[in-house]
Amino acid sequence: MELSELFIIALSAIFINNFVLMQFLGICPYIGVSKNMDSALGMGMAVIFVMTMASMVTWLINAFLLQPTTSNIFYLIFSPQEPPDLTYLKTIAFILVIASLVQFVEIVVQKVSPALYKSLGIYLPLITTNCAILGVALLNLEKDFSFIESIIHGISAGIGFTLALVLMAGIRERLELAPVPKPLKGIPIAFLMAGLMSIAFLGFSGLKLN
Amino acid sequence: MPISNEFFKGFYKENPVFKLALGLCPTLAVSNSLQNAVGMGAAATFVLLCSNVIVSLIRKGVPKKIRIPIYIVIIATFVTIVDLVMAGFAPDLHKSLGIFVPLIVVNCVILGRAEAFAGKNSVAYSFIDGLGMGIGFTFALSAVAVVRELLGSGKLWGFPIMGSGFEPVLLLILPPGAFLTLGLFVGLFNWLDNKRTTA
Repeated sequence: MELSELFIIALSAIFINNFVLMQFLGICPYIGVSKNMDSALGMGMAVIFVMTMASMVTWLINAFLLQPTTSNIFYLIFSPQEPPDLTYLKTIAFILVIASLVQFVEIVVQKVSPALYKSLGIYLPLITTNCAILGVALLNLEKDFSFIESIIHGISAGIGFTLALVLMAGIRERLELAPVPKPLKGIPIAFLMAGLMSIAFLGFSGLKLN
Repeated sequence: MPISNEFFKGFYKENPVFKLALGLCPTLAVSNSLQNAVGMGAAATFVLLCSNVIVSLIRKGVPKKIRIPIYIVIIATFVTIVDLVMAGFAPDLHKSLGIFVPLIVVNCVILGRAEAFAGKNSVAYSFIDGLGMGIGFTFALSAVAVVRELLGSGKLWGFPIMGSGFEPVLLLILPPGAFLTLGLFVGLFNWLDNKRTTA
């Protein structure tokens, strides 16, 4: 595996296939938490952290519990005729793992660093139902990434999410003072802004990466 | 409240997408053609119906503290069923919806209805609520999709209908078009509301 490959994965997850603006993952927190800069940063950090953890854990789960290989743990324990193919359980397995992972991270952060918990704490429960997290796990699987590639993809997808969220928060803080037509106030104008940002990000798809 | 109200509230008054701002990710992602939108709507409606009925059936036996994980497992089970059935019988649709089929699990419309309605109401009401909300969701998806497909590619359900002189607005098929169209739709619904209350 080359370093340049990892670089390409990172760059394309942050800009070209930006999770929010190009792939429509994690729209709910994007619209909900982008009203001010502080909460946007907090949410972004929490997402980067959980996404990285989720990429690692779901990769391991998939490789050693679900895939029909000889290193499948069920195969090693029960030694049936051939390795069981449990990939059809991936949706259930992943969502349960992510839900418990978020709970676990919340408890650990609370014990280890109360200061961090204070700034991230309220965002963690929201993350379970953030489709970007399950999305990153499923995309890792779909693109057949290795362990290291999955981690890089997870981190950079989180960075891309944070980038979009923070940019949006900056715009919306100023938008508060702008004379927006009444029916467009709130969510509609946020969507229109997101559309314009998405046009800007569309420019990145012209990048040639190899 | 009469049971017919539970059915019709999903269309306009409590439309999950335009009014409650739930389920936005799939609305944006699969509304690039009417076929995708209807396929997604049907899949989500099926999951919503089944999960509403099951959640309502077991609502008295579920401990309050662990209800969310239980709801998620129920939803994930039906999503897996939809995923496998769709892969078997409609492979083209399955391919173009991509990861948004398994992502129905985290569609907030479904968990939202389980939590806000089915966990508190009888089976019949929950069934009607699921059906109404599911059709309301499909309606919202289709409305966005009709605009995007018609103006973005000059087609509807894959058939060209705008004639040869029509210059398609490519932007609407691309990701930005989804944001712009949905934003204007939500704005339109707000405007209709304002007109109603002031009139």
